[in-house]
Amino acid sequence: MIQIPDINMASILPALILCVAGVVILLVGMFVRTGMLTIASVISLFGIALAFLTNSPLRRLNQTAFAGLVAMDAFSWFLNIMILIAAALTVLISLRYLADEEMDLYEYFVLILFASAGMMFMVSANHILVLFIGLETLSISIYVLVGLRPENAESKEAALKYLLLGGFSSGIFLYGAALLYGSAGSLSLPAIAKYLQAGQVSLMAKAGMGLLLVGFCFKIAAAPFHMWTPDVYEGAPAPLTAYMSVGVKAAAFAAFVRVFFDAMSALQVNWSAILWVLAALTMIVGNIAALAQENIKRMLAYSSIAHAGYILVGMVAGQEAGTSSMIYYLFAYTFTNIGAFGVVALVGRKGEANVSLDDYRGLGKAHPMLALTMSIFLFSLAGIPPTAGFVGKFTIFYAAIQAGYIWLVIIGVLTSAASVFYYFRVVMKMYMEAPATEPPLLQFSPGMVTALFVAAAGVLYIGIFPTTYLNMAVESVKPLF
Amino acid sequence: MEFSSFPWLTFITFVPIVGALLLLFFRRNAHTAMRSVALVFMLADFVGSLAVYSLFNPSSGAMQLQEFRAWVPTWGISYKLGVDGISLFLVLLTTLLGPIVILASWEDIQHRVKEFLVSLLVLQTGMIGVFLALDLFLFYVFWEIMLIPMYLLIGVWGNPARRLYAAIKFVLYTIVGSLLMLVAILALYFMAGKASGVYTFDLFKLYEFAVPLKAQFWMFLAFFLAFAIKVPMFPFHTWLPDAHTEAPTVGSVVLAAVLLKMGTYGFIRYAIPLFPNAAIDATWWICWLSLIGIIYGAWVAMVQLDVKRLVAFSSVSHLGFVMLGMFAFTVEGVEGSIVQMVNHGLSTGALFLLVGMIYERRHTRLIADFGGLSKVMPLYAVFFMIFTLSSIGLPGLNGFIGEFLVLLGTFKVHPWYAVIAASGVIFAAVYMLWMFQRVMFGEITNPKNLGLKDIGAREVAVLTPILIFVVWIGVYPNTFLRPMEPSVKNFLQLVDKKKTVVLEMERTRPVPGVQAVASSSGARPAADVTVQE
Repeated sequence: MIQIPDINMASILPALILCVAGVVILLVGMFVRTGMLTIASVISLFGIALAFLTNSPLRRLNQTAFAGLVAMDAFSWFLNIMILIAAALTVLISLRYLADEEMDLYEYFVLILFASAGMMFMVSANHILVLFIGLETLSISIYVLVGLRPENAESKEAALKYLLLGGFSSGIFLYGAALLYGSAGSLSLPAIAKYLQAGQVSLMAKAGMGLLLVGFCFKIAAAPFHMWTPDVYEGAPAPLTAYMSVGVKAAAFAAFVRVFFDAMSALQVNWSAILWVLAALTMIVGNIAALAQENIKRMLAYSSIAHAGYILVGMVAGQEAGTSSMIYYLFAYTFTNIGAFGVVALVGRKGEANVSLDDYRGLGKAHPMLALTMSIFLFSLAGIPPTAGFVGKFTIFYAAIQAGYIWLVIIGVLTSAASVFYYFRVVMKMYMEAPATEPPLLQFSPGMVTALFVAAAGVLYIGIFPTTYLNMAVESVKPLF
Repeated sequence: MEFSSFPWLTFITFVPIVGALLLLFFRRNAHTAMRSVALVFMLADFVGSLAVYSLFNPSSGAMQLQEFRAWVPTWGISYKLGVDGISLFLVLLTTLLGPIVILASWEDIQHRVKEFLVSLLVLQTGMIGVFLALDLFLFYVFWEIMLIPMYLLIGVWGNPARRLYAAIKFVLYTIVGSLLMLVAILALYFMAGKASGVYTFDLFKLYEFAVPLKAQFWMFLAFFLAFAIKVPMFPFHTWLPDAHTEAPTVGSVVLAAVLLKMGTYGFIRYAIPLFPNAAIDATWWICWLSLIGIIYGAWVAMVQLDVKRLVAFSSVSHLGFVMLGMFAFTVEGVEGSIVQMVNHGLSTGALFLLVGMIYERRHTRLIADFGGLSKVMPLYAVFFMIFTLSSIGLPGLNGFIGEFLVLLGTFKVHPWYAVIAASGVIFAAVYMLWMFQRVMFGEITNPKNLGLKDIGAREVAVLTPILIFVVWIGVYPNTFLRPMEPSVKNFLQLVDKKKTVVLEMERTRPVPGVQAVASSSGARPAADVTVQE
């Protein structure tokens, strides 16, 4: 007689709904020939909304399902919200982009939905194999999406590069998992935690931890594992870059946090020392390289590396304060970066021909509202109040100083002063320089306008009234401690 | 709602930004309408500040008209505003200049009027907020908010040649200082929180915490850097001539009149009372930097070819007096320092306006291009003369009162510093009068200057309110000194008391290491420094 483990579909309902929505789109696509992009986006949004609704019960739970494979807690809840917001905004900014690029591929939305479902499995995984499955679901969808731009060498290059390096990092991750399994005898997070806490940690387990750390650092694009980021971000379609820079990053960070705080807190001294160095390196490399970029997608790619550095500072700080600051930062970053890349997609126009910084010259005059919106995102990235980015940086530094990492914070503030230069450079181009040629007309689609408005309003709102969201972030990390 | 219970401080802080939001809905080419709206909001702001003045009790040195609302309660961040004798006149100065800068830019600025007015209004909110905030987090937010509009003012409407360079230089200088200050704010917050068990950014609660000496040194250094860059003190002044010279007229006016004061105000409200021992220990080198600033600023001003640059360097010199008076730690010195802050705002603001007026007419500011202007522009020459004399410190005008008090206060404690500083007054006379002579007197050598029109009604309206205060402070300074005095005494008392507490604490328990000292101060009754609130 085979024992059937408890099956609690409700625990993974949001992710399931996204998968179902994806399948529905595929089915509809078999019969409908024209207007499929719009239909697919509507179904996606509908699915996301439904997932959002079914997600809310998780907030008050703190239990596991599927024989301890999946954790249902506030942490999953808040991260799911972030992922869903990112997915919804991405769908909104993608629709017109796809039409303009003559990419009549409704599969784009399907892949976005599958990737989101993968992320949700990642953030709620209570077992390293589930995490890995989530990671691969996510990664494979993204590999395909990156290479989606037809007739574009950069896009193909990016896809291949991401596939090769991503596969490599998955390998390292799995190797680490295997070593851990060898020492702990299990891959479930509580079992690993129990093994590590018992003392007598074998070298093999430590090596396993190190390899896992490298695997995660690859996904979050921390230096020195960041090399793929600028190329992939540049080559991928702009709306997808937006999605990668917030969604993938949030999911990877969340899984990172869950594994390292839930299962490996016994080794915190070891890994937080490593992360201290990586955080400092990432902030320095990201910000300095961004200074020299002339292509806005590359600049934002390096900026997203730098932001990974700031988030790592929160991880080094540890404890509830540090982890909740990471979660809040990711939340703030979701709105900010999707907004910024949304503008990049909009200004880029057909074939993304306009992605150099000089293409933003005179935008303040030609499209004052768009320039204002972009400025809000840039100020938020630079950490200027009263934006979400400021509160995010503040919470990170707050946690780090509380934990006594004053030098790391000083590196953080100095690099972030340097970052002001390149963010303000875009503002300068928009407002203070005249365009070389007649500024071309931009096509504002309702989806894009909605997404940018929501993102900008979100950046300002959670920047000025952060209390609710800070409390939510604190609440979300409670199950980990 | 009763007149006295109306939240006037919130009103004057946020009226400008409401105006800015309203302007967003205007058509881009409705210039006059937008200017009028901005003017109305600035006037409303000024009227509101008069209400604050009328409610202010001049015989009390306490924080008045306080407003409090929890903002991020989990971290002890609150929205707390208040005004005392130190900030009152700086606020009034800011609100007085509000309508003036709108009027002054009426014809000067012709492109992107909407963005220009929005920037000015947002800037106004930021500046007033800095002066009124009583919570370190709130203060920091206002402090950073004004960065953006000022950046835009310099970068968009500045002098085409080097505006971008000047704008980014201004931003980078300011932000490096202020971010390090943020680190110090957080360090102070945790240190005080650990010791007292109450984590708060409330300034007055933090006043009560006696910071151990070693920590004081580092935190004071961080605050010093942020404020010294803003003042600007020698050798952090290099952004100032560029920013001033490249900024449009009203940008320079706001920059000189108000923004620089945020640095000096920061010292008096934050850096010194929070870290009194470190501040007192730093007196000698801060005084020397100020003296170098006074002399160096004057000398460099003397050789400038451009009137605006000359006035900009004179700011370095004048602000040296402000810092010197403050670090005398005497009632006269500190009062003189505050009066001098206001004075510099009035005189230098007016001088920048005057330079702007001639620039509008001739599109040059080089001294060599002028000469004999008093013949064609007599009214202009009169105003220019009065503000020049006010800047030099002629008795009967405002500059004299401030400089005299500063020198008096300094002389009591450091006679030699006062002697050296007094030479700065003489140099000021040299560069200002020499410039005035070259611009105004003599024959008209340049035929282009023959047809210049004298200043009109709008320009007189811009200058007259400043003139009134220049004379008022000069003739009857008591109106201003009397409400200041209790607050200044409070300030000195607080510094003195807290200094002793810290010294006592260090003497009785010399624990090495910051952490250990911080926790030990919790056991000791560090809170016997009572702040009269």
